[in-house]
Amino acid sequence: MATRSQGVLDKMTKESGVETATLKVFRYRPEVQTEPYVQEYKVPYRRDMVVLDALNYIKDHIDGTLSYRWSCRMGICGSCGANVDGEPKLTCASFLHEFKGKEIKIEPLANFPIIKDLIVNIEDFMEKLDHIKPWIIRKEETPLEKGEYRQTPEELEAYKQFSMCINCMLCYAACPIYGMNEEFLGPAATALAYRYIADTRDQDHEARFPMVHDKEGVWECTLVGECSVACPKGVDPMLAIQKTKILGATQILKPPRRGK
Amino acid sequence: MLAIEAGFARGIKGPIVESLSHDILIIGGGGAGLRAAIAAAEYNQKLDIAIASKTYPMRSHTVSAEGGMAAATREYDSLDKHAFDTIKGSDFLADQDAVEYFVSECPREAVLLEHWGCPFSRDPDGRISVRAFGGMSVKRTLFAGDKIGFHMLHTLFQTTLKHENIHRYDEWFATSILVEEGHASGVTAINMRTGEMSSILAKAVVLSTGGCGRIYKFTTNGWIKTGDGMALAYRAGVPLKDMEMVQFHPTLLPNTGILMTEAARGEGGYLINKDGERFLKRYLPGKMELGPRDIISRSEMTEIKEGRGFEGPYGSYVLLDIRHLGEDVINKKLSFLKELAEKYAGVDPVHEPIPVRPGQHYIMGGVNTDKTGYTGIPGLYGAGEMACVSINGANRLGSNSLTECLVFGAAAGKAAAEYAMRQSMPHLGNPLQGVAMEEETRVYDQVLKHEGGERISSIRSEMQSTMDESVGIYREENGLSQATRKIGELKDRMRIASVEDRDHVFNTELVSALELDFMLDVAETIAYSALYRRESRGAHTRTDYTNRDDAQFLKHSMAYWDHGRPRIQYSPVTITRWQPEARVY
Repeated sequence: MATRSQGVLDKMTKESGVETATLKVFRYRPEVQTEPYVQEYKVPYRRDMVVLDALNYIKDHIDGTLSYRWSCRMGICGSCGANVDGEPKLTCASFLHEFKGKEIKIEPLANFPIIKDLIVNIEDFMEKLDHIKPWIIRKEETPLEKGEYRQTPEELEAYKQFSMCINCMLCYAACPIYGMNEEFLGPAATALAYRYIADTRDQDHEARFPMVHDKEGVWECTLVGECSVACPKGVDPMLAIQKTKILGATQILKPPRRGK
Repeated sequence: MLAIEAGFARGIKGPIVESLSHDILIIGGGGAGLRAAIAAAEYNQKLDIAIASKTYPMRSHTVSAEGGMAAATREYDSLDKHAFDTIKGSDFLADQDAVEYFVSECPREAVLLEHWGCPFSRDPDGRISVRAFGGMSVKRTLFAGDKIGFHMLHTLFQTTLKHENIHRYDEWFATSILVEEGHASGVTAINMRTGEMSSILAKAVVLSTGGCGRIYKFTTNGWIKTGDGMALAYRAGVPLKDMEMVQFHPTLLPNTGILMTEAARGEGGYLINKDGERFLKRYLPGKMELGPRDIISRSEMTEIKEGRGFEGPYGSYVLLDIRHLGEDVINKKLSFLKELAEKYAGVDPVHEPIPVRPGQHYIMGGVNTDKTGYTGIPGLYGAGEMACVSINGANRLGSNSLTECLVFGAAAGKAAAEYAMRQSMPHLGNPLQGVAMEEETRVYDQVLKHEGGERISSIRSEMQSTMDESVGIYREENGLSQATRKIGELKDRMRIASVEDRDHVFNTELVSALELDFMLDVAETIAYSALYRRESRGAHTRTDYTNRDDAQFLKHSMAYWDHGRPRIQYSPVTITRWQPEARVY
């Protein structure tokens, strides 16, 4: 079925002179074939097309079996990450024209177990997210009638960029440490831990120290900085890791805490 | 080295082997569903609550909301002002008791979200900042830059993690509601990871699956917005209310349909035609760019029709101009808009105006519920865009939908909790087991196995074109009538359509087929409700019935599932303190 449709497209593009782009897509279908393989697709090319548009063209017109996640197509839901020509990218934000004249290699995000085609298993991150207590911890609750907690624009600024993480996993795919040691807490989870630590509304910053200063925490990071390069939302996880290390270093001077 | 997932047997058949159960089951993990979960969890820590969502919760479409959330929090504002703006915006089709409840709960919900950590933008004194929004008579829209939805969703999701009694089924797709002796008793759902179907039983079910924008081709909505909960409830016997009331937002990028937030106009942006005029002076002299969405979208269409639009490769458009706001304001308050315009339209809004045209954005209609989210089927609740209480009537005001998710998500979660406390757990004997087996047969032996039919993408594409062309901003009898026939034909074709992917593991094409099956039902209710509402009100604009007709149509359309087709009835609108009047801005 797939080859027939691709044949029609090939003929059509040849006759009409429509430009095409070639995608070499990583395929893995555990129920069909135990080994992964690469499948080549040609799609009509338009300058304003993103890689996700090309994948959707394939899915709708050439091969319904190609599997990937996506939703918002505007770089905010974090679903559609893949390795595009070896770099972790949001496929909705990677334009075909950036690869003009080249075959574009599309692979699942590196460093994650692959479920099917471009769909990877991110359960490890979901557990880590839970682990760092990503919620406001209060020692005393203020009644709602008293209104919002006051926070100045400057206080907001101290943690704002770290609250911009869309959990797209690009930073984990870029991180060589995570590639070698999946126990490593990693960039996004650390950035989010720091996001709460640096929030003036949070009253127990130290609650997260055991996780971020665990032996698999920030001290594993060797400051490669690939995470901050890969982030599509301008978050600088390496900075969060640095700031967390500094907090940890000052913490060491205090008497050890009991309990967990 | 490739890390391949181990443990997938070949050719797994999906027998309903296990029966999972929880006190409360929430379908959908966006703003409304997460808020419902937290409300139920806080109501009683002993309740066992589960959220089943076809995406990870933080991928839900709430994430795309940009401008802000409405709540009367300032001293110059009042609940009555917020209520009246909402009711007038709705073209008097909103139920006023629901609106009064809604506005009274908004400030509390806003403070709660703030206490949970939402990184709202702040005034120098530390209060949450507010901005102007369309149809709101004063500044009452709380915001977080131009990413309120993203921040609200992540704040809610991360807050659910602190509750140990909230469990999750991530990437599970619900296919039907199990109803036993008139009570909602759970759902059948596909675990997408394995492709196995399970019954998840519950004492109470909350539906919060969002809207159905993907019924249309030109929409701001994400891929996942396929009206699942609407179809689930409709097939279970709940009427869909006011489905003809579809919101077309005035400022979408012409190619992709990506939203340029209304906050751009809230902050002072202009809409400009080919002659360089702020053309809204002809339509909304008292409000200009801060008018309601239905009127602004129609005004743009009139400008284009009368030759004052621009022509582009993706159709006619007008311009959204925010240059005069200055780079500093744009970077601080509209940074996401800037990023999107630059990336997807190649326009830097600091220096150039942005091409925009109107497109589908939201549906005011939805699953009929009362103020507590109750659907009329014992044990079944609904909230968020999927539901229709109704506070939005014939036209929703921008920034009311985010607070709507919170207010009615909380109400539904609490009502479901109260109900669940009084019930005993259903068990998977007869007749539930039989119903679940039938559903399994439908999905795995029919939808998945049809041979030789057409691709689902062609049916989806025709549905979307039909809705854009005949059930769009402007509607009339013939077009609507043709649309109902066309959708009927597409439903027939859908019965024998084929999916190419026969895998069980993460079969996105199978899920798309089931979603399309849902969308066709929902689209049909929209087309029929629009056909029979022979007046113009709010977003429902009939070129053959151009006036609002309170004598005949000050009432809600109710679409009931009747042997696979919608039967349209009507129910009264609740008027408390505000008599319908001419809607002039």
